[in-house]
Amino acid sequence: MRTLLQKDTLMKYKSVIGLILFSAIVTIINPSFLSMSNILNVFRQTSINAIIAAGMTFIILTGGIDLSVGSVLGLAGAIAASMVTGGQNIVVVLLAAILIGAAIGAVSGIVISKGKVQAFIATLAMMTLARGYTLVYTDGKPIGVEEAKSAEVFASIGSGYLFGIPIPIYITALVFIMSYYILKHTRFGRYVYAMGGNEEATKLSGINVDRVKIYVYALSGALAALAGIIVTARLSSAQPQAGSGYELDAIAAVVLGGTSLAGGIGSIFGTIVGALIIGILNNALNLMNVSSYYQLLAKGLVILIAVLLDRKNK
Amino acid sequence: MDQAILEMKGITKEFPGVKALNSVNFRIVQGKVMALLGENGAGKSTLMKILTGVYPKTHGTIIYENKEVTFNTTKDSQESGIAIIHQELNLIPQLTMGENIFLGREPVNAMRKIDSKALYKEAEKLLRRLGVTEDPRTITGELSIGKQQMVEIAKALSLDAKIIIMDEPTDALTDNETENLFRVMRELKKEGRSLVYISHRLKEIFEVCDYATVLRDGEFVAEHAVSELTEDKIIELMVGRKLTEQFPRIESKLGECQLEVRHLSNEYVKDVSFTLRKGEIIGISGLMGAGRTELAKTIYGAIPKEGGEILIGGKLAEIRSPQQGIKAGISYVSEDRKRNGLVLGLSIKENMTLSSLKSFSSALGTLSNIQEEEASKNYVKNMSIRTPGINQLVKNLSGGNQQKVSITKSLMTKPKILILDEPTRGVDVGAKKEIYDIINNFKKEGMSIIMISSEIPEILGMSDRILVMHEGRITGELNREEATQESIMKCAVGAKGGASK
Repeated sequence: MRTLLQKDTLMKYKSVIGLILFSAIVTIINPSFLSMSNILNVFRQTSINAIIAAGMTFIILTGGIDLSVGSVLGLAGAIAASMVTGGQNIVVVLLAAILIGAAIGAVSGIVISKGKVQAFIATLAMMTLARGYTLVYTDGKPIGVEEAKSAEVFASIGSGYLFGIPIPIYITALVFIMSYYILKHTRFGRYVYAMGGNEEATKLSGINVDRVKIYVYALSGALAALAGIIVTARLSSAQPQAGSGYELDAIAAVVLGGTSLAGGIGSIFGTIVGALIIGILNNALNLMNVSSYYQLLAKGLVILIAVLLDRKNK
Repeated sequence: MDQAILEMKGITKEFPGVKALNSVNFRIVQGKVMALLGENGAGKSTLMKILTGVYPKTHGTIIYENKEVTFNTTKDSQESGIAIIHQELNLIPQLTMGENIFLGREPVNAMRKIDSKALYKEAEKLLRRLGVTEDPRTITGELSIGKQQMVEIAKALSLDAKIIIMDEPTDALTDNETENLFRVMRELKKEGRSLVYISHRLKEIFEVCDYATVLRDGEFVAEHAVSELTEDKIIELMVGRKLTEQFPRIESKLGECQLEVRHLSNEYVKDVSFTLRKGEIIGISGLMGAGRTELAKTIYGAIPKEGGEILIGGKLAEIRSPQQGIKAGISYVSEDRKRNGLVLGLSIKENMTLSSLKSFSSALGTLSNIQEEEASKNYVKNMSIRTPGINQLVKNLSGGNQQKVSITKSLMTKPKILILDEPTRGVDVGAKKEIYDIINNFKKEGMSIIMISSEIPEILGMSDRILVMHEGRITGELNREEATQESIMKCAVGAKGGASK
């Protein structure tokens, strides 16, 4: 019985154990990894993927998928940048960009639930639409915000520090605390798990599963927009191609964190760990001066190995 | 002399925190039918899963044809000549009957192309042997559950298995199909095949089985020749105590009219009208596919109605979704608890409160853990659900206990009208009695109950009034006093008569 318990605990935290082992190896190869400034750097770099992955966790828990997040990030960033250059109040800018992200997500959710279209297809269409609109909107050119009167305040969202810690880390922490709370301690979170486990039974239990779906896609869109704001603020410019391919990193983080693509099983905690594994990998390869082409190869291999190990344990 | 073809000795199986089997002995007799009996949770399915290589055993030995064997996968056991027909159908609904029977073993020609002609010819032969007249090219999903079960049996026959294990094969079959199955079983016996038969219908044991092994709480109780047994004796062995009354019917004073259904119509039900009073149990009988489940789902709001109206407490109720159904005071317990009733990967607590989470949370949706746990614990106790705790995943429970969780989920919405669809399907004798008691308690409290069942004795034993359906219509409304097995069957097959109003 005791050995069983220990094995259980081991299984539960295997992603954390993997993360620690992995960090240890990186530290041995390159001790500068463990410096305070580098660690903060890793966290800051991970924050974008982590925020998107938090939304993706909700979606995947319901048994869905959202391919549009990268494009939503790009569009929200472009809109935020043009509003800032237009002299809008920063609070208004933030709210508007996040609302647009939520609205795009809600449309995906409506198409999926009411239109009975598969999530993969619906969000693939939305991904193309949002990217297309971003290109039209920006005319394919970056939108710089340096000249704007509130440029400095806006930029601080991406590159500012508070008590020596980058602002994006605070935002990410807040997003994860809220996600954890919603999934663990609210009705909505329970419905997310129930729906992913057995949608038909959940529906027959009197739960409006269509509404839950629309909400999770709206949440995912809103978080992607938030990530878009941070990216734009950090660069003080919105790139029309910003966020391309980010949806795949987010999905990888969720899956590395042990959440099942079939839905119903997983946790937001796992997603943080998954995002950190990807973030540390990128950072370590940079520290070792590995070319970006090889970095992609390494990332692909790590994902493959991690997921295979996970399967085996199940 | 009767020789064992297979013997399991001292089989023990431990799951994390539970000892599912404790040193169980079981044998399968050459050319005979061995009944494997026990309440839900007694360990029958686990034992069969160990035999067929689904689960590894913790201790014990299996001796098959005088050799010790270990099956690590179902394929291992299949190749050694052991086939199992599971309670839950294992068919692919989009494929034809023939394709399902030969799935993975399709006959091919020299070019590796599937030889459809040979496949369907062979499939037809197998199906005819079971008395199934459908074209083997029929899409499996379009068949009744009874026919689908026959496809499953044909598949086992096609494997030419020496041992065939049947896990409650008659649960979804009509009487004719059951008769047919028994005929086939006797033939298989004559051919020298050995069978294991798991069923909750004790009468069937006396019809087809030669021996019976009884398990209780994961332990071996006894093995007897069926000729030495009586139904009462079996029940006694299974539950370890005497059962006095199977259907503990209670008389209660009927209250005012709670539910009135007027001319309800849609794709599945045609012009259905009836009333239901407080403290009354209406039994709905009928054959598979008569539209009983669809009627229930239409009243509950899960299937849209196209015509007619529903009155609750004399007032017109607008019910277009399960949410509205629950709000109007109706709750529905599904016939298929695994597919439509429960979220198997969630815990007992999370399933129990799923329909009523609103009453365990603040306006903003924050859950109250303490309240939720307290309520779940109370229900686990009141419904005598056997589990180590409320956080146990529902998939780890036995059928009877799962059913109790499913009923509890409905109860927690505090319904005025409770619709129970096949409440004792796949539930053993002891748990059945408990579920009847639970239903009677609801009745005493003045709840109005609609009970759909394919088991006529259950309908006769529990109902105050009986509705019989045929092809979406109500073909008979019988009072308890005048209803008999024959009068119900007459209405169920669509004949005029019975004592319709």
